[in-house]
Formats: sequence, structure tokens, C-alpha cells
Amino acid sequence: MTALPNLVPAYPEILLVIAGMAFLLIGVFRGRESTTFTTWASIAAMAVAAWLIHAGHGVPAMTFGGMFAVNAFTAFAKILTLLGAGLALIMINSWSQESGVARFEIPLLVLFATVGMMLMISANDLIALYVGIELQSLPLYVLAAVNRDNLRSTEAGVKYFVLGALASGLLLYGASMVYGFSGTTSFAGIATAVQSGGGHVGVLVGIVFVIAGLSFKVSAVPFHMWTPDVYEGSPTPITAFFSVAPKIAGLSLFLRVLVGPFGGMLAEWQQVVIAISLLSMMWGAFAAIAQKNIKRLMAYSSIGHVGYALIGLAVGTVEGARGMLFYMLIYIVMSVGAFACILAMRVDGKPVEDVTDLAGLAKTRPGMAAAMGALMFSMAGIPPLAGIWGKFYIFVAAVNAGLVWLAVAGVLASAVAAYYYLRIVKIMYFDEPGKALDQPALSTAILYGLSSAAMLALFIVPAPFVNGASIAAKSLFPG
Amino acid sequence: MTALANFVDGLPILSLVTFLPLVGAAIILLVRGDDETVARQARYIALWTTLLTFVLSLFIWIGFDSTTAAFQFEERLNWLPMYKITYRMGVDGISMLFVILSTFLMPLCVLASWEAVHKMVREYMVAFLVLETMMVGMFCAMDMVLFYVFFEGVLIPMFIIIGVWGGGRRVYSAFKFFLYTLTGSVLLLIAMLAMYFYAGTTDIPTLTATHFPVQMQYWLWFGLFASFAVKVPMWPVHTWLPDAHVDAPTAGSVILAGVLLKMGGYGFLRFSLPMLPEASVAFTPFIYTLSVIAIIYTSLVALVQQDMKKLIAYSSVAHMGFVTIGVFAGTQQAVQGAIFQMLSHGVVSGALFLAVGVVYDRLHTREISRYGGLVNNMPMYAVVVMIFTMAAVGLPGTAGFVGEFLVLTGSFQANSWVALLAATGVILGAAYMLYLYRRVIFGELTKADVKAMLDLDRREILIFVPVVAVVLWMGIYPSPFLDVTNVAVTAIVSKYQAVVGATASVPSAAQTVLALLR
Repeated sequence: MTALPNLVPAYPEILLVIAGMAFLLIGVFRGRESTTFTTWASIAAMAVAAWLIHAGHGVPAMTFGGMFAVNAFTAFAKILTLLGAGLALIMINSWSQESGVARFEIPLLVLFATVGMMLMISANDLIALYVGIELQSLPLYVLAAVNRDNLRSTEAGVKYFVLGALASGLLLYGASMVYGFSGTTSFAGIATAVQSGGGHVGVLVGIVFVIAGLSFKVSAVPFHMWTPDVYEGSPTPITAFFSVAPKIAGLSLFLRVLVGPFGGMLAEWQQVVIAISLLSMMWGAFAAIAQKNIKRLMAYSSIGHVGYALIGLAVGTVEGARGMLFYMLIYIVMSVGAFACILAMRVDGKPVEDVTDLAGLAKTRPGMAAAMGALMFSMAGIPPLAGIWGKFYIFVAAVNAGLVWLAVAGVLASAVAAYYYLRIVKIMYFDEPGKALDQPALSTAILYGLSSAAMLALFIVPAPFVNGASIAAKSLFPG
Repeated sequence: MTALANFVDGLPILSLVTFLPLVGAAIILLVRGDDETVARQARYIALWTTLLTFVLSLFIWIGFDSTTAAFQFEERLNWLPMYKITYRMGVDGISMLFVILSTFLMPLCVLASWEAVHKMVREYMVAFLVLETMMVGMFCAMDMVLFYVFFEGVLIPMFIIIGVWGGGRRVYSAFKFFLYTLTGSVLLLIAMLAMYFYAGTTDIPTLTATHFPVQMQYWLWFGLFASFAVKVPMWPVHTWLPDAHVDAPTAGSVILAGVLLKMGGYGFLRFSLPMLPEASVAFTPFIYTLSVIAIIYTSLVALVQQDMKKLIAYSSVAHMGFVTIGVFAGTQQAVQGAIFQMLSHGVVSGALFLAVGVVYDRLHTREISRYGGLVNNMPMYAVVVMIFTMAAVGLPGTAGFVGEFLVLTGSFQANSWVALLAATGVILGAAYMLYLYRRVIFGELTKADVKAMLDLDRREILIFVPVVAVVLWMGIYPSPFLDVTNVAVTAIVSKYQAVVGATASVPSAAQTVLALLR
């Protein structure tokens, strides 16, 4: 008789899965009116999971035969993911009430996707990695199409599914190559094989495919094509969820895979990641200029942000990892706030998505305009808002690692990107008001208010959060 | 008096001066009531806040010890301990007067906007108060990251000020201002990070004492140059300035010309010259060339302007050309002159924009040909503008003379050709300023609407009296200003001259030409 594996490190995930199934049953029996209950219950379950992770103090541990690892890094990334998912759920709740597509399954899909992300973050084996990614992706495809009577929403779902399946295929193919040439699927085993120089070229081809698959999941150029369409088609709060939680999970996994098993081949994968990062920053900056739909604009903006975060990965040092984590922390807060503002863009009860619908917002809704303005300036990286710190730590790492030219390219891209963020400020502040927006829901207003206030607060006291990111990053690099 | 001085000594006075405007802004945001009440309250709160800030800043001057080049009134708090980045504030002889300049101009800006601004008055005053915090903080920052934060932070309020309360092509100008400056500044950020990695700190005094490898200095120098040259602005990256000036509201132009342009000159003086001396020596001919072109070219452009604000904007580029020549000439007189020129230009060009604002409020046009003969119905105004015109021309006895004279004397020692060419700018300056004055103030008073214009009212007199007093004071008795800067400048210049001496084997352009003539 074999003993059960040590379940303690996986308690948060187990808790969420059990909670999710329990809520599912409750939802089935109570029917449609249980949406609010399942939402808040899911948020509560996530909060408990986050608390459990925090209480674990990031003590390194491994279980399930070495397939599942926890340490300070996974703890930090999981808490960020849970934060992003929880905030998105608050938006989803207020949206589903207003638009009449309230279904109790929606929060549960978010919950299961979040568990998938946590598994991705903790994956310590190529198979665990793939299972995590699929558990994350399938609920996301459904979520994109959740507004099933809406043509664009269903289109987004199908598009996301088809391209996502392709990316999963690429990833799986890459993983099989790596397995074929290194003879193992465990991260530790691959690391040993890579260090001893076994099967170099085959592993390299495998890595490139894995990178391609992961780039798709974090929507980095040139695997970003789905992003604008899916962002535009999906319901706004779902888009908000897409723009935060999967990104953190994807980037964390990216980081763990590249510096863990493939850490010995830094010189080989570094150039690929640099290229992806550079293309993402540039394309995110230039392509967004012409966008009229604010959700498409945010899609390109998120592509650009992923590009910056990938600089931290390309550097491949503790500093880079720290920069990336801190960047993601600031990014999710900014992003949630910006999407809360977009969610509040409703005229006569109908959502509007054109950038020009914000015209003259400073006169009709000064509070919302100020919040959105602060978030835009923060995204552009203008002090005194926290966005500059995110970029600062990334560039610190790049300059320190000798990638000065990449940092220069990054800042120039950020100057280009500043144009379209400023354009939103311009539309809100300089243009004459059009049709006034409806009174936003209280929870939405609180979200954007808090997130813009957090931008100021994080600017003034970034130190504790940087320390957290620093401890997390260090646990990723042994010795 | 000593009790008061002791009390002031115990206060973190630089932080108080820096953040008091923010407190005022917060109070303005709390005002409730109908639009009219809010507007009135906002104006008064802004006025009292800026006045209080100014008075408080005077204590910095009173308590300032001008016998040392060290930073004074230091404050220090840990900010990002991991990177040894601190919130460190302090002023020395170079920065102190710029703090006073900023706080001096702000109440005048509030007064100048009293009647001219009607829409969103609350937001307008908040933007100006935030702007003041950023400006003062920038001059007080002793940490380069802190400096950068304030330096960039200026962009947000100024962007909003030009875009919301400006006229003409306000949106275009606001964007141009923002993007030009931002592109320059991000390169400053990279240079700053590189310096940090070499020196292990962003503390300005420590960086000044660090010697960077010469090859590295060249790159760093260009990073800093990209940022400061746009801010100054130097030819050929000056094109944002005329647009921004023309379309900004009067008070915005005053701050833009009075303080924001000084950030570039201050940056050169604080960072480029003392931290990167070898690179500065090597690029001095480059700076000279750009500055001389700026002086002559923009003066000629100013001659043909039809718009008053545009004319003054171009004259600003020319005047700032003297500043960059002075800074990089690197002699005691030249650097002292450059600082003095910045201060006097801050007051004088600010005053000229205020003067334009006066007639613009009455006739709502800045076209020169729409005016004429104002001396007949606005005698007081004519006198005031006369004083400022003379100061801009550089007439002895006014503020403008001292700075230009010192810069020319000092740079003559460094490079006589540059001084010669720059001196033509003085002549051209007289030409365009007097030409402007003649067209606006003298001549026949024919147009009916111009005839109907009233002379300065009490509020406007209140604005101009202190400015006129300062312009004359700086011209007649400049010692208090020069004494403040003297020791600090000596410290920079002696260090810089040692490097110049070490690289003196390279013949100057003038020597080369003379050798050829023989």
C-alpha cells in the first residue's frame, strides 16, 4: 500500500477545488439566483487560500513525487494571481447583475481557472505544467464566450479556443522534444541533463517551442494575434480577468521554466526572449495608437506591458525576476482599475466601448476622470505614480546585466506608448462632453478609486512590496 | 528674532516649502458649494497658500550660509533602502535662488489668473499648486532619483494646464510639450541607472565626487543632454516651446518661461558639468555651436513674429543660449553669469508674459498689428512694459544686463569667438524687443477697441510692483544674488578648470584660426 503524498503544500489548491465543487452543487440546487452567493463565496475561498499561502511563509517544499513545488516565489505569484482573480470577480458580479447574464457558473469557472493558474505556478514537471495550463485554459475559453447570445462574445470564445489549442499543441510538442532528448519530464532532471550538456540541439528546439507556447499564453508578440479580438469580444469584466490573472501565472511559469530546468542554457534562450520582449514593447506601443475601441487599446497596452515584464525574464537574474514580479504587482492593480473604469462606461444602461465616449468626462464625472487619468499616467510611467517604479526596477536589472540597449529601446517604446495613454487623458479633459455616462455601480467606483489611490500609495512606499518580490525572486535562484 | 530663527532652524523647511502647496491643493479639493463659491474659494486659498509658501521660502534665504559650497537645510529619510535611494533634500548656492524664484512667481500666477480663468477654476488652482510642489522639490532634491521624479512630475500638471485652459491649438501644443520632454527624460533615466551602477548610489554629492571613466562619460553625457537640451530648450529641439507658450494660458507661460526652462540649465550645471567634466570639455564646442546658432537664428526669427507671445518665446530660446554658453565656458564669471541670467530671465520673461496677458485679457488677441498707441490710454502699462523691455534688452541698471555681461566676459576668457558671436545676439535682441515695443506701445491710437482699453487696475498693479522692484534691484545691486552663488560656483569651476587644464593640449578653434592667419 502506498502512502498518500504530502498534501500540506497543496492545501490552498485543494481547498479551492473542494470549495468550487461544493459551490457548484449549491448552485445547481438553488438555481440562477445563487450567482451573488457563488461569487462572494468564491472570493472568500480565494481569500482563505491566499491566507493559507501567506501562512506557509514560502517554506520550500515538494510533493506529488516532485511534480508540485512551493517556495517563496510561488507564494508571491499565487497571491498576486488570487488578488487579480478576486478583484476581477467583484467586477464580474456587478456586471452580470446589470447585463442579465447572471449565471452561477461564471464565478466558478473563474475559480477553476485560478486553480489551474496556481498549478501552473507550482508545476515542477512538464506534465504538471501541461495539466495546469489546460485546467487554466478551458474555463477561460468558456468565459470568453459566456455571453452566448452575443455574436462577438461567441466569436471571441471560438477564436481563443482554436488558437489556444494550437499553442498548447506547440507547447506539448516542445515538451516532447525536451523529454526525448533529456530523458525526463521533471524540471530537476532536465536541469541536470542540460548542465551536463546532453542533447543540446534537440533540447534547444524543444525550448523554442515551449517558449512559443508560453508566449501565446501571455500574449507576447508574435503570438499575440488573438488578444485584441478576444479582449474586444469578451464581456468587459472577463477581459479584466484575462488581462491580469493568466498573465501573472503565465509569466511566473515562463520564469520558472527558463531559469529552472533551462537555466543552464541562458545564452541560447536569452536572445529569443529579448526578441519577443522587444517586439512586444514596440508593437504594443505602435499598434495601440490607431485603436478606437478602448478594449482593443487596452489589449495592445497589455501586450506592451508583457514586453516590459519580459525584459526582467530576458535578464535572467534575481534582479530581473524581482523586477518582473514587482512590475506584475503594479500592473494588476493598474489594470483592474482601468477595466473598472471601462466597465463604468455605460450610456442609458448600455455599455459603450469607444474611446471618444469618454469625451469631457472631467466635467461630467470628475472623480472617475481623475482616477482614469491617474491610471493612464501610471501606465505611461510618469511619476509621481507607481508605474514608474515598475519600469524602474526592470530597467535597473537590464542596465545592471549589461543590456543597456534593451533598456533604451524600452524607454523609447514607453515614450511612444505615452502618446495613446495621453490621448485618453486628452479626450477626458480637453474635449467637450458628449453623452454623460451612467452613475457607476458602487463596487466599480470603489475599485477604480482604490486602484488609483494605490498608485499614489505604492509610489510613496514601494519598499515593502519590493522586499516581498525580492525574497520571492531569491528563492528561485538556488545558492 | 533669534528665537524665530531658532524655531525655523528646527523645521524641515525645504519639505515644508515643497509640500505646503499640496496641502493647499487638498484644501481646495475639499471646498463644497456651487460653482461660483468654489471658484472664489479656490482662488483665495491658492493665493494664500502660494504667499505663505513664498514667505516661508524667504526663511531659507535668510538662514542661508553663503560662505560654504556645501548643501544646507539637509533632510534625509530612507525611501528605497535596498537601493540606497533616499529622500534627501538640501539646497546650495546654485539651487537656493531657484527655489525663491519659483515661489516668487507662483502668487503672481494666481493673481494673473484671477479673472482670466473661468472654467474649472478649482482644477486650475490645484494643477498650479501641484506644479509648484514639483518645481520646488526638483531644485531641492539631493538624490538623483528624487530629482527625476520631480523633474518628470512637472509634466502632468503642465500638460493639463496647456490642454484644458490653453487657447488655439492647445491639444497639439500640450502633446508636443509632453512627448518632447518625455523622450528626453527617459534617456536621462537610463543614464541615471548607469551612473548608479558605477557609483552604487544616486546621492548627488557622492556622484559629484565620483570619477566616471571617460568613455562612459560620453554616453552618460548624451543621455543627460537629451533631457536637459529639450528642457532649456536648445536649438534644434526648441520647437515645442513657441507652440507651448502661444497656446498656454498666461500663467502657464509665466511658469514655463520662468521656471521650467531653468530646469535644463540647472541640470547641466548640477549634473553634466561637475559629474562628467571630461565629456563636458570634449562637447563644449558642440554646445557653443548649438548655442550660437540658437542665439542668432532665433533672434532673427523673433524679428518677424506677428504674435507677441511667440516673439517672447523665441527670445527665450536666444536668452537661454547665453545660459548654455555660460555654463560650459566654465569660468567663474561665466557660470555666475549663467545662473544670474537664468534668474533674471525667469523674472523678466515671466513679467513680459504677464504684460502680454494684460492686453490679451482686454482684446483677446496677441497679434501685434492689432495694437498700437497704447502709451496714450495706458501710460502706466507703457512704463511697466518699458522697464521689462529694457531688462530683456540688457540695459545696464536692469536685471538683464548683469547676466549677459558676466556671461560674455566669462566666455571671452574661454573662447573669444563664441563671445563675439553671442554678442551679436544682444544687438539683435535690442532690435526685436524695441521693434515690438514701438509697434504695440507707440504710434497712432487709431483702432476704436484699442482706444477703449483701460489702464492697469489695482490687481494688475499689485502684480507688477514686486516684479518691477526685483528687476531693478537685480540690475542695480546684484551682489546679494551673486554672493549666494559665489562659493558654490567656485567649487564647481575649480574642479572643472582642473580638467580643462589637463586637456588643454587641444588647441581651441580661435587658436587654430590665428595660427592659420600667421
